[in-house]
Amino acid sequence: MKYADEFRDPVKAKAVLAAIERAVAETGATPQEPLRVMEICGGHTHAIFRYGLDKLTPAAIEFVHGPGCPVCVLPMTRVDECLEIAERPEVIFTTFGDAMRVPGTRGSLMQAKARGADIRMVYSPLDALELARRIPEREVVFFGLGFETTMPSTALTVQQAAREGRTNFSLFCNHILVPPPIRALLDDPDMRLDGFVGPGHVSMVIGTAPYDFIARDYGKPLVVAGFEPLDLLQSVLMVVRQIAEGRAEVENQYARVVPSGGNPAALAAVEAVFEPRDAFEWRGLGEIDKSGVRMREAYAAFDAEAKFGVGYGAARRNSRDADLPELAGCRCGEVVKGMVKPWACPKFGTACTPETPLGALMVSSEGACAAYHLYAGVRARAVDAESERAVS
Amino acid sequence: MCLGIPGQIVEIADAETLMGVVDVSGVRRKVNLACVVGEGGPDGLVGEWVLVHVGFAMSRIDPAEAAETLRALEQLGEAMEEIEKIRAAEEMLGEAAP
Repeated sequence: MKYADEFRDPVKAKAVLAAIERAVAETGATPQEPLRVMEICGGHTHAIFRYGLDKLTPAAIEFVHGPGCPVCVLPMTRVDECLEIAERPEVIFTTFGDAMRVPGTRGSLMQAKARGADIRMVYSPLDALELARRIPEREVVFFGLGFETTMPSTALTVQQAAREGRTNFSLFCNHILVPPPIRALLDDPDMRLDGFVGPGHVSMVIGTAPYDFIARDYGKPLVVAGFEPLDLLQSVLMVVRQIAEGRAEVENQYARVVPSGGNPAALAAVEAVFEPRDAFEWRGLGEIDKSGVRMREAYAAFDAEAKFGVGYGAARRNSRDADLPELAGCRCGEVVKGMVKPWACPKFGTACTPETPLGALMVSSEGACAAYHLYAGVRARAVDAESERAVS
Repeated sequence: MCLGIPGQIVEIADAETLMGVVDVSGVRRKVNLACVVGEGGPDGLVGEWVLVHVGFAMSRIDPAEAAETLRALEQLGEAMEEIEKIRAAEEMLGEAAP
């Protein structure tokens, strides 16, 4: 099998690792002063730990885990707003399973379901629309969550609902965009990042041009990467080579899936249905300009915010999750920014575990805390807890 | 969240709404083809492999890559999880009144 050879061959992996080692040496990076490479996508975080790539790569590279996990950056107040909608007697609230256990200030969707709210897990927004067709006397709301990868699916579903003239289907839109938080992180004086491994499936939709500012304005390399272990290793090599050669460009390692122009049909649907919000709140990162979208006026009839008078800016919101008593002592914000590793948090692995998550980073398998807990927690804590706590 | 799982398009269910049926590791599921349909219309898509994300075919991929991606997802434990989500959704809809 061609791809088995290309992406799994341990001999190839060794060759790439050796090349990474040489390129890292050229940069002058050391284990004490490592290159800080952020993998933006939570799927990449998961794969890096699943395959132990952090252990295989030289100690002079530090993986910094980015904010690319939608449930991890969802503010608690948005979960509260989900509950407000879901608890209405006429509503069937539908969601991807990932969001069920994310805690809000009044608990999670899972807990609301246990209390009697009609909350159903779906695989696709199309399932929610189908439910609306089958149960016309109920209001079916779909919790639209996710980055640019998922936006076309909800946009196309809303367009289909509009074509059918459906009146009992709406979208609670919480879609967010990848480039704005990257700009925010680059503008943060406390952050030092040397390069990026860019998201694969977000880029399949938006293409590579939206990252150009990272290379042009901030002088940092970004390489769009696939999800195989060798994809990730090759991408890291491409990032490190750029640094070693003093280049900063947007490169595409995942060209077999990611066209440089993205997917025009997907982008057209997104453009037709959504428009940018002035700002959107990210857990741990605060409000970021133009980082989320809402539904355009033309689709107001399918907008759950308008339909139920609930939504962003309508409910009382704390500006930072740190203000909320539930999260006292947690360091989710610093972890989501990549400023500290999960084990620097006193709740990590003690009060906060995948079974009893306090923060969303422990809920999703793509969250840095869950990844560390599953694959690296014990090792990492034993080795590094002291030094990490000392410097942070 | 941005996971894509390979599936093979086995039939066109409704050319007007661009709905087709994909086979994902033996499980069949209706998917929307709007993002992969070219100028030739949906009929030419039967037999093609696509990356499926939350019920939408998002990208055409070649068969060798599809097999390898599936294997990687199996190793990550994510293929079964995704197929389980598809099955659970079908079941939930099956219980809803027609």
